[in-house]
Amino acid sequence: MKIVAAMSGGVDSAVAAARMIDAGHEVVGVHLALSQKAATLRQSARGCCTLEDAGDARRVADVLGIPFYVWDLAARFREDVVEDFLAEYAAGRTPNPCVRCNERIKFAALLDKAVALGFDGVATGHYARVVERPDGRRELHRAADPQKDQSYVLGVLDEDQLARSFFPLGDTAKPEIREEARARGLSVASKPDSHDICFIPDGDTRGFLTRALGERPGSVVDVEGQVVGSHSGAYGFTVGQRRGLGLDRAGLDGEPRYVVDVEASTNTVVIGTRDLLGVDTVVGEHARWCGPAPDGTVALGAQLRAHGEEYAASARANGDEVHVRLAERVRGVAAGQSVVLYDDTRVVGSATIREAPRARVRA
Amino acid sequence: MSPAAIEAMTEQMARTGNASSLHTSGRLARRVVEESRETIAGAIGCRPSEVVFTSGGTESDNLAVQGTYAARRDADPRRVRLLVSSVEHHAVLDCAEFLTAHEGAKVTLLEVDPQGRITPDIVRAALVEDADSAAVVSVMWANNEVGTIQDIAGIAAVTKEFGVPMHTDAVQAVGHVPVDITASGVELASLTAHKLGGPIGVGALVVQRDHHLVPLSHGGGQERQVRSGTLDVPGIRGFAAAVEESVSELDTERARLTSLRDQLVEGALRLDLDITVTGPWTRGDAIDRLPGNVHLLVPGCDGDSLLYLLDAAGIECSTGSACQAGVPQPSHVLLAMGIAEEQARGALRLTLGRTSTPADVEAVLGALPHAVERARRASFGTA
Repeated sequence: MKIVAAMSGGVDSAVAAARMIDAGHEVVGVHLALSQKAATLRQSARGCCTLEDAGDARRVADVLGIPFYVWDLAARFREDVVEDFLAEYAAGRTPNPCVRCNERIKFAALLDKAVALGFDGVATGHYARVVERPDGRRELHRAADPQKDQSYVLGVLDEDQLARSFFPLGDTAKPEIREEARARGLSVASKPDSHDICFIPDGDTRGFLTRALGERPGSVVDVEGQVVGSHSGAYGFTVGQRRGLGLDRAGLDGEPRYVVDVEASTNTVVIGTRDLLGVDTVVGEHARWCGPAPDGTVALGAQLRAHGEEYAASARANGDEVHVRLAERVRGVAAGQSVVLYDDTRVVGSATIREAPRARVRA
Repeated sequence: MSPAAIEAMTEQMARTGNASSLHTSGRLARRVVEESRETIAGAIGCRPSEVVFTSGGTESDNLAVQGTYAARRDADPRRVRLLVSSVEHHAVLDCAEFLTAHEGAKVTLLEVDPQGRITPDIVRAALVEDADSAAVVSVMWANNEVGTIQDIAGIAAVTKEFGVPMHTDAVQAVGHVPVDITASGVELASLTAHKLGGPIGVGALVVQRDHHLVPLSHGGGQERQVRSGTLDVPGIRGFAAAVEESVSELDTERARLTSLRDQLVEGALRLDLDITVTGPWTRGDAIDRLPGNVHLLVPGCDGDSLLYLLDAAGIECSTGSACQAGVPQPSHVLLAMGIAEEQARGALRLTLGRTSTPADVEAVLGALPHAVERARRASFGTA
């Protein structure tokens, strides 16, 4: 097959490309230019899409002996991922930009362009497995290495997308990938992993939001509605957050306080004690099912954030929505994150958490 | 590289000798350098002493623009204005930008007409505006992207009237079209070896005898104290061999490439794909356009998609310029010619050279319809 290997400049996508070549495919390396200012050199081990990363990807492609191109999807990325990220935070939610990027860029804009140019699919260095069933349909499964599993951020892919997606690293543990890169003579073998959000290379999400959205001073209130402090923008807070609340200590009983709600409409941050954080119901919207939607209420596992635990749950599809009841109370569930449903290792579907009703104490 | 240049260069590589040394091998090396200088000077119509060897076109452009700026400003602090054409290579444009940011320069961009031409009148108007502030004028002999050949002698006649030195980046012209530096009237001209069949990494700046230039590199004082650094004797030897060969075969090669170019352009226009040709193009003409240059605009396509599809079909071409990260940018040359950014994205630049044959032209014309059709679909997908 003719395959585009998406090459970020990191070790994972490098080995993924190499494995696709080994499997006999005709592979072309493509680096996505996603930053508006591509000509910035790496400042730390974080992030990707810098000039240095494009150079690293090109170097790998040269060693592998495959053609290499840079495709400029910066405008699409800005619109579909960064603007969405800002709008979500402004609306009081906590988005996962990697999910959006996979949904709209890597397995949409990139995949569509590749198909239009005559390619059969796209290979990436994600840790997940695509399993082809005897009837030809594709399933997405967790990676063999649970530490690196990225099926959560790929849960938005539907069967058509999965049919054209290749994750050659899904059956291997990360240390082996580095070893393999070294054995293949790839210069990126010991390059640090990228973390956090690629378009916030310094890792300071709140600073990024403040620069983009401006300061919006407002109140921090307790669950009775009493003002207990102030903030410079409710968008900078996430449910479950404990640090940086800027509380006026007086009047509190010394027990730690957490963000239990972010009310965008009134620019208010609500804090409460730890016991108020737990939720046992989650409503997801924009549900995407890998295969048919489940019929009735089914027992599944639910993962509520990237690298989070999986909880026993029951789920019921309802049109575009999914209602999830958790077997135990789970803390720190934030609207805007994905709820991904699993049947053993198989991804059943994914939705964006619209609400996770906490125990309402307010009148 | 041309076989003659490879042979000349490799022969020299087997010999040791620093051309600045006094011992026997040094003298022999120096003789090779000076003979090469004479060969090049003879081929391009200047004196041997006017040829300053450099590492290539970029260094030559930097030395010409920055070195002249420094010399002119030192002599008269008012002379801080650079008049450069808007379609120059980045080696000139970015020099102007650097001098603006760090050395107090002011830049006047000389506008081009829709064919990419700078008329002598445009230069005159820019000089008349404030003649006392002009440090140097820089207009390329022939454009690397769209192949437009400028009226260098006409422009130099104007700069002479105002007593302002003129530089021309002749990298694309030497060996491809007749170039006589002295007759053109310019004070400075940049050359590079690899654009005419010579090795990569060597070039020259022609500096008229009484033109004053402040050096950028300092050290051993080689090359009239203007360009210090140990001379690359084998490279210079290969450079000279390539200049000699390309200039001596210029007439026949120019006619051959012009005909190939016209076949390619006419064939592309006939494909019924809404393709247009950029820059001046008249069948059989090699006065206004470089013989081997074909530049097409393919509406509704991203140049990078075309590039991939044609490369996959065994055709090597380019879209114009690329930034360091490799992200295709709309070419500043096309934008300066008044072409909209959207159209400029569908640029396709095909260069014909010594090894190009009619079969190559047929191959391009055969691959284009499929490539354009697919590229248009891909462009639709990401719009």
